[in-house]
Amino acid sequence: MSTPLKARISVPRSKDLEVNGVKYNRSSSRRNNFEMFAWLFMRLSGVVLLVLVFVHLYVNLLVEEGGVHAIDFGFVGGKWANPFWQVWDLLLLWLAMLHGTNGLRVIIDDYAEKDRTRFWLKVFLFVTSAFVILLGTLVIFTFEPCPVGADPALLASFCTAG
Amino acid sequence: MSTAHTPDRPENGRNDDPQDRAPEHGHAPGQGQDERAGYKTDADSPAVDARDTASGAQDPAAANAEAEAPSRVELPEKQGSAGAIPQFDVTLQIRRYNPEVSDEVRWDEYKLTMYGTDRVLDALHKVKWEIDGSLSFRRSCAHGVCGSDAMRINGQNRLACKVLLKDLDLDKPITVEPIKGLPCEKDLIVDMEPFFQSYREIMPFLVAGGNEPTMERYQSPEDRARFDDTTKCILCAACTSSCPVFWTDGQYFGPAAIVNAHRFIFDSRDDAGDLRLEILNDKEGVWRCRTTFNCTEACPRGIQVTKAIAEVKNAILSRSM
Repeated sequence: MSTPLKARISVPRSKDLEVNGVKYNRSSSRRNNFEMFAWLFMRLSGVVLLVLVFVHLYVNLLVEEGGVHAIDFGFVGGKWANPFWQVWDLLLLWLAMLHGTNGLRVIIDDYAEKDRTRFWLKVFLFVTSAFVILLGTLVIFTFEPCPVGADPALLASFCTAG
Repeated sequence: MSTAHTPDRPENGRNDDPQDRAPEHGHAPGQGQDERAGYKTDADSPAVDARDTASGAQDPAAANAEAEAPSRVELPEKQGSAGAIPQFDVTLQIRRYNPEVSDEVRWDEYKLTMYGTDRVLDALHKVKWEIDGSLSFRRSCAHGVCGSDAMRINGQNRLACKVLLKDLDLDKPITVEPIKGLPCEKDLIVDMEPFFQSYREIMPFLVAGGNEPTMERYQSPEDRARFDDTTKCILCAACTSSCPVFWTDGQYFGPAAIVNAHRFIFDSRDDAGDLRLEILNDKEGVWRCRTTFNCTEACPRGIQVTKAIAEVKNAILSRSM
């Protein structure tokens, strides 16, 4: 009597249904967990970004005297001398970029009506995002405020002061 | 065909045969209700002595009416005793489309005299029956149960049989369009096939294995209450065709399919919940929901559609984690 459940269900799941020459099939059934993880990532990264962004704003604008005018080459150089802020900014960069990219991917899915349009918009989106993420990562890790052997006239004041 | 209506026509139509039309539409013309005093209940006429004399005078007529009653449906006249039903002019703008005549869509305007008890469906009936017989729309039960007459009324998805004209802004024309996102076949009729295909895909039927009981499958009231809200769906497609994600390409399963999956996923008697969750964990499944709440706003049964979708999302998540 006990047959496996799936074998027992013969369902009218309407594949290859054609009405008046029009096929209404879902274009492809892609059943993996990607969309689920993307959805989850948006929620989690959103919460983490709230902390990252507001601490970033607080530290950059409110802790030092002078607000936005105090931010210069030297300020950024000083901050990135500390590994803590390197990791902080790296996290901020990656989460914000991936969060934004996924958001735009979803918007493209929702608003582009043709699969070809969708495809090319997404190619453009992913290429530009990858470029920004890689460039940003490179800068955070290889940033050298006082490169050795550079023309002293081009360096920041604190490089020559010490 | 379209020349058959003129703005002043409705009044002519109404004068044709008031005796026949009035009971059918459910609005007594307002005068003459005292002729049938015999039908009044005590609650309706506090002046007892006045009623006695009136009924005394009308007894033969009342007896007559009763004798031939079986073939006639008499509507109670007590509405009349509460005063005449307000009457007003409405302008109806209906989106017309007939692919056999033209690929162009046009908007036809009809001026009608309607009553306070009338719904949008009554106005559509009046147009179809008395002005322009070529107007096409679906309706079956006409009482908000069958789900045939979902349409866009003043830009909102509603059942035409549940929207009272008096609740709309009658200073402006009332626009009536077919629901969006599904291919229009004629006038207000759309092809529901994409909608029902999604519905079929989520397997909207009980799948129960194990030891089959000889009688019904028992369920506690608490277990029944778990999915009570989503049992109310009448498949009118008002939610799915109000969803902006569905409008894009019609690939999204749509709120209605998810609501009906919810009804079985959370049914303690059903065994195929995992299978349905797997089906909805699709590129076009629950994750395309953007929680715009259009579906919840559109549902004529008041189902918390967006909440149901969120519960299915959570079920998929907790199953995968």
